[in-house]
Amino acid sequence: MALKSQPRVRVPAQAKAGEIIEIKTLISHEMESGQRKDAAGKTVPRDIINNFQAAFNGKPFFTAEWFTSISANPYQSFFFKAKESGEFTFTWKDDGGAEQKATAKLTVA
Amino acid sequence: MPPRLDATLVPTRGLPTRGLSAHGLPTRRGALKLAGLAAFAAVLAPRMALATEAQVADEMKKLFAGKTMGAGKIKLDMPEIAENGLVVPINIDVDSPMTEADFVKSVHVFADGNPLPQVVTYHFTPESGKASASTRMRLAQTQNVIAVAEMSSGQLYSAKVQVKVTIGGCGG
Repeated sequence: MALKSQPRVRVPAQAKAGEIIEIKTLISHEMESGQRKDAAGKTVPRDIINNFQAAFNGKPFFTAEWFTSISANPYQSFFFKAKESGEFTFTWKDDGGAEQKATAKLTVA
Repeated sequence: MPPRLDATLVPTRGLPTRGLSAHGLPTRRGALKLAGLAAFAAVLAPRMALATEAQVADEMKKLFAGKTMGAGKIKLDMPEIAENGLVVPINIDVDSPMTEADFVKSVHVFADGNPLPQVVTYHFTPESGKASASTRMRLAQTQNVIAVAEMSSGQLYSAKVQVKVTIGGCGG
């Protein structure tokens, strides 16, 4: 499954310096486990998002390696310590090599 | 699609965990129970090869080279009973100052009753501020979920919870 849908990301728009903020992300994907069989008895090949990365101003700070046990439409929340204003880049990569990106801006007062 | 047999028909209670003595070998009573269960399971559900605790232990040995694991520091938060094994929330929280000198490098999560035991591996940095993450996972049956945190010092901490699953979620 190609990564077509637009991921959803929730990041606070503003934060104080030193504040730890929570980031929530959600993307649509079947996360085909490679364990299921179709009607003809053939195994449905594995196709999951195996890597998720969050970066701030180009510097990665959080990575998740997902395996087949992660639910469909994977949700991920994590934290970031705000120091300066900048932009987040979130990247999802699936088994087929497809990539989906999302960005969000953060202003540090 | 074949009918979903596993979750509704095969008793998941006491499958791998019970009847095993501390060193992982079946006890006598357990052996009888297991033999009965195995025969039952062979008839009903030979369709999914599930991981065993031994496999998980092996996997962990490979990853952590047999290092000893401390208790505490890591908190694994999951529901005691999961009604739907397809979507089970999991929250990990590791106690750490998250400074350059002392932070949580990674967290590995395993499920010992899923077809493949690995669930997720997180890599944190001091910029994370807090070594905490939540996601949603699949659970094929009632089983243990194990989380292992690796500190920047190389120390390991683990936590384990058992989750009872009413409807298995393994794409059947």
